Amino acid sequence: MTNSHKKTLFSHDLPATPMDPALQASRDQKIKVAMIGLCGCWGCTLSLLDMDEALIGLLDKVTILRSSLTDIKRIRQRCAIGFIEGGVANEENIETLKEYREHCDILISVGACAIWGGVPAMRNEVELSSCLEEAYVDSITAVANAIPTIPYHEDIPRITTKVYPCHEVVKMDYFIPGCPPDGGTILKVLDDLVNGREFDLPTTMNRYD
Amino acid sequence: MSIQITLDGRPVSTQAGANLVDVAAEHGVYIPTLCYLKGKPCLGTCRICSVSVNGRIAAACTVSVSDGMIVAVDEPALADMRKALIEMLFIEGNHNCPSCEKSGRCDLQAVGYDVGMLVPRFPYRFTPHQREVGAERIWLERDRCIFCQRCVDYIHDQHSGQKIFTIKGRGSNARIEIDKTLADQMSAEQVREAAELCPVGCIIEKGVGFNRPIGERKFEIKSVRQRALEDDV
Amino acid sequence: MNKKVLSIVKRYQADKTRLLDMLWEIQRQYDYIPHGAILTLADELNLSVNDIRETSSFYHFFHMRPAGKHRFYLSNTVIARMNGYQQVLMALEQATGATLGSMDVSGTFGVYDTACIGLSDQEPAMLIDDVVFTRLTVDKVQWIIAQLQQGYSAAEIANPQQLPTHSIAYVDQLVETHICQAGPVFFQQETDYHRLLQQCLTHDPDAVIKTVLNARLQGLGGAGFSTGEKWRLCRETASQTKYVIGNADEGEPGTYKDRALLIRSPKEVFLGMIIAAWAIGAAQGILYLRAEYIYLKQFLETELQQLREAGLLGRHILGREDFSFDIRIQMGAGAYICGDESALLESCEGKRGTPRVKPPFPAQQGYLGMPTTVNNVETLAAVTRLMEKGAAWYAGLGFATSAGSRLVSVSGDCARPGIYEVEWGLTLNQLLEQVGAVEPWAIQVSGPSGECVAVELSGERRFGYDDLVCNGSLMIFNRSRDLLDIVHQFMQFFVTESCGICTPCRVGNVELRQKIERIIAGKGCQQDLDDLLSWGEIIRRTSRCGLGATSPNPILTTLAQFNQLYQAKLIASQGTLLPSFDVKAALQGHEQARIKVMQIESEPSKEVVK
Repeated sequence: MTNSHKKTLFSHDLPATPMDPALQASRDQKIKVAMIGLCGCWGCTLSLLDMDEALIGLLDKVTILRSSLTDIKRIRQRCAIGFIEGGVANEENIETLKEYREHCDILISVGACAIWGGVPAMRNEVELSSCLEEAYVDSITAVANAIPTIPYHEDIPRITTKVYPCHEVVKMDYFIPGCPPDGGTILKVLDDLVNGREFDLPTTMNRYD
Repeated sequence: MSIQITLDGRPVSTQAGANLVDVAAEHGVYIPTLCYLKGKPCLGTCRICSVSVNGRIAAACTVSVSDGMIVAVDEPALADMRKALIEMLFIEGNHNCPSCEKSGRCDLQAVGYDVGMLVPRFPYRFTPHQREVGAERIWLERDRCIFCQRCVDYIHDQHSGQKIFTIKGRGSNARIEIDKTLADQMSAEQVREAAELCPVGCIIEKGVGFNRPIGERKFEIKSVRQRALEDDV
Repeated sequence: MNKKVLSIVKRYQADKTRLLDMLWEIQRQYDYIPHGAILTLADELNLSVNDIRETSSFYHFFHMRPAGKHRFYLSNTVIARMNGYQQVLMALEQATGATLGSMDVSGTFGVYDTACIGLSDQEPAMLIDDVVFTRLTVDKVQWIIAQLQQGYSAAEIANPQQLPTHSIAYVDQLVETHICQAGPVFFQQETDYHRLLQQCLTHDPDAVIKTVLNARLQGLGGAGFSTGEKWRLCRETASQTKYVIGNADEGEPGTYKDRALLIRSPKEVFLGMIIAAWAIGAAQGILYLRAEYIYLKQFLETELQQLREAGLLGRHILGREDFSFDIRIQMGAGAYICGDESALLESCEGKRGTPRVKPPFPAQQGYLGMPTTVNNVETLAAVTRLMEKGAAWYAGLGFATSAGSRLVSVSGDCARPGIYEVEWGLTLNQLLEQVGAVEPWAIQVSGPSGECVAVELSGERRFGYDDLVCNGSLMIFNRSRDLLDIVHQFMQFFVTESCGICTPCRVGNVELRQKIERIIAGKGCQQDLDDLLSWGEIIRRTSRCGLGATSPNPILTTLAQFNQLYQAKLIASQGTLLPSFDVKAALQGHEQARIKVMQIESEPSKEVVK
C-alpha cells in the first residue's frame, strides 16, 4: 500500500502548528516514548493511560511521541522506547510495524494480541475465505437480495492470510503479557528502562489473561 | 531407610525410594510439574520436571531417590530446558487464556508464570481442533489438551473399570477422546474430579464456567510454587 | 459379522493381551476393522470402545475405515527415493486410480506410504496384502496391477509356482538376501544345535551368564547394553515367571540385517532365546516380528516346529524335566517405536507401543509385569555362536572396548549393497572400499537415529563402541544427493513415528522439521541455526525414550559435519522485516480468498443450497 504514485495525505503528514521553541528544546532532551496500536481492542493502550498520575513522576525524563490520544501510527523521528498493542492482521499493520521498528531503539509487545495474536488470531484456525464469507456474505446483517461483495480497493489494506504476532514480523525486544496488562505493569517496565535498569517482569506481574 | 542426597549443592536427609519431586519440595526446592500427582502412579509424560540427576537429565517425577544421588534443579540451563518444554505446550495447543474457564486455576498457566514465560520461543501453530460436546455433563475443549494422560490413567468407569478417556492416533496427530456412554454414567463427584484433575481447561464441567471472580482464583490466592512447597494441592 | 468376530475372540480366549492378533484377524477378514467388530470386541474383552481404538489407531497398518481390498504400502525411504520411488508412486496412482493415502472410488486399491520395510538393498519395494514386491519399476507396477485386476491375488502374483509359504524357497522368491561378507560370528552354517544346546545345559545358568559376560557381548540392537548383565539382573529377581523376548522389530531405516538373519540363520536366533531362557529361568518366549516381515512368519513357525520335534524347544527340552520353554511369534502392526524394548512389551500386551517409564526396567518388571529379557535378533544369534566357540574366542574378536563383530546393512551409492559382517575396529574407509562405494561423500551411520558423517572428515574413524557406534544401518550418499532434503525426510520420519507420549518428542520434532523447511526454502538466518542446535539439545536430553533422544541427530550431526550446506542457504535480513516473514504469503491470502468466495457466490446452485 504505497502511496508514492498518488496524492494521499496521511495523518502523520498533516501540517501542524510549530511548537514553542523552548518546549521543543526541553522535549529534545527527554527520552522519547511512543505507543501505537495494530490489530487489537485498545485495551492495552488504555492500560498505558491507566498509569494515571504515576506517569507525572516520569515526565521529567520522558516525552510521549505517539499514543492513543491522537492515534497517529507513523513516526518520523528517532524514538527510544516503542510500545505496541495488537497483532499484525493487515497490510497496513505490516508497514506500520516495519517503520516503527526502523525508528525505535527498543520495541515492546504489549498484551495478548501483540504477543500471540489474541482474539483476532482466533481466525487463524479457519480459512480466510470462510471469515470473509461469514462477514460479508452470510452475515445476518447482509442486505437481502443484494449482490454480496467483499470489499476490495487499493485504499483498503488487504487482510493478511493469518494474524501474526509482532515478533514473527520484526524483531521485538521485550514482551509484556496480559489481556490487558495492568497500567502498573507497563509503568514498572517503563520506569526500569528509563532509569537504566534491565527489563524485568516479576512473576507476580506476569499474567496471560 | 534414611539416606542422604545432594540437592542443589546441599546435603539433604530423606527416605530411600521417595519421589524426587516430593523430596525436593520438602526441602524447599520447587520443581514444576503438570502430569505428576502425588500419591498416583507416575505418568512421566510432560517432562517439565526435568532436572539433573547424577549428571544426566531425568524427569524428577520418574526418579526414586537413592543414597548419594546428586540432584541439580536450580541451574540456568536446566531452568531454561523446563521453560522450553512449557513453551512447547503453549504453542502446540491453542491456549487462549483470556477466554478460558480454567484461567487462574490452570496448572499450565501457573507453571508458565513460575518459569517466567513471557512469550514462547517457538512459533504458534493455531492448529484447529474439533471440540467434543456430546457428553451430557462434560465438554472436551481439545485446543487445550496437553496429553498429560491424567484422565486416561486415573479416571475409570466405576462399575466396569473401563477407560472413559482415551488417546486416539499417535504423535502429533494424537487427540483425546471421551466415551460418551460411560461419561454419562459418571457420578457428579467423578465429573468434578475429572475436571479438576485436568491440569488445563480441556475437561470442562458443563454449566460451570467462570464461577470465580478474577483475583480470587486458585493460583491468585496462592501460587503453584507456594502450594507445592506447603504441600497444599 | 458378530459370529466371525466372536470366533476370533474365542480362539484367543478373550485374552485382551492378544488384541493385536485379534485386530489383525478382523482386518484380514474385512479388509479393515469395522466399527461393529470393535463393538463386539469391546463387549467380549470388557474394554471401552475407545480403549480398543486407542490401541488400533496407534499402528499404521490398522485401518478403521475401508482402505481398499488390496492395500499397497510403498516404502518411502531416502534410498527408495534415490531409485525411482517417485516414478513408481506415480505409476501406482495412475494404474490404481487411488491417490497416496487413500483408496480408489471402487474401493479396490488403496495406496499408502510406509517407512522402511527392511529392503534397502532392493528398493523401491512395497507390501501388498502380506506379500512383498521388490525392485519396482513402472512396468512392474503396471503389470502387478493388471494381474490384480484380472483377479489374481497378490500372493499368486508373487508366488507363481505356488511354493509352500513356509518354505525357504518361497521366502527367497519374494526377497533377495545378499550376504556379502559373513563370519566369523554370523551365517556359519555348520552348527550342531543339538550338541550345542546339550553342552549349554550341562552348565548351570550362572555359568552360562558368566560365559556371556566374559565374552563381553553387548546388545547389537543399538543401545549396546551388556547382554550378560541384562540376563544376570533378570536371573536375580525372585519371580517364578520370567520371559525371553526376541526383538525382531527391525525398524531403523536402512537396516535389514535382522531379516537376513531370520532368513538364513533362524535357528541360531531361536537357540539364542532358548539359551537365554535357561540362563534366566524362563518358560515362555516371544519373537516380536515386525508386520513388514509377515511373509517370514510361516517359515519361522516351521523352523520353531522343527526345533520342537528335535526336542530343543517345548516341554522338557532335551529330556530335562527342569527345563521347558516355548516361543510364540507376536506380529507387530506398524510402529517404529516398538523397537524400543519397553514399547515392545506394551505392544506384546496388546496395547499402544508407548515406551514405559523407567525404572522399573524390563529385567525387573517386563512382560505382564514379570522379569523379562529383551534381546535383539542379532544379539541372540551371537549368543549361540559364542556359546559354541567360547567366551575367550568371542572376546578376542574386535578390540579392547568393543568385542566381537556386528552385521551392517549397506545401501545407497555403492556397487555391492548387502549385509557385511564387520569386526569392530574396521575403519569406515575400509568398509566403503569393501562395498564398492562410488565417490562416497556423506555416510548415514546407524540410520536417522545415528550420525551423518563426512567421509572427508571421518573416513578413518573405526567402528566400535568408543567411536563409530553402528546399529546395523549404513547408507552411502555421493555428492549428487541433496543432503538437506535427506535431513528433512529423516525429521519427517521421526515426526510420523513419535508415539507422542512426551512433550519434547511430540512437539519439538515438528518444530525442528519446520525449521529445516524454512532453511531449505531459503528463508532462514543464523538465528535459525542457533535455534536448531539449542532446541535439538533440549529434545535430545529431555525426551522419555531413545526415539526422542536421537531424533535431532539428523540435524545436529549434519550441522557439525556439513555446516557449509546450511550456511549456503541462509539469507541476510533486508531491512527490519525478519527474513522468515513471508510478506508475499501473508498478503496473497486475501485475494485468493476473495476470488474463492466470489466464485462460490456466482455459482447458480448456491441459492438452492442456501
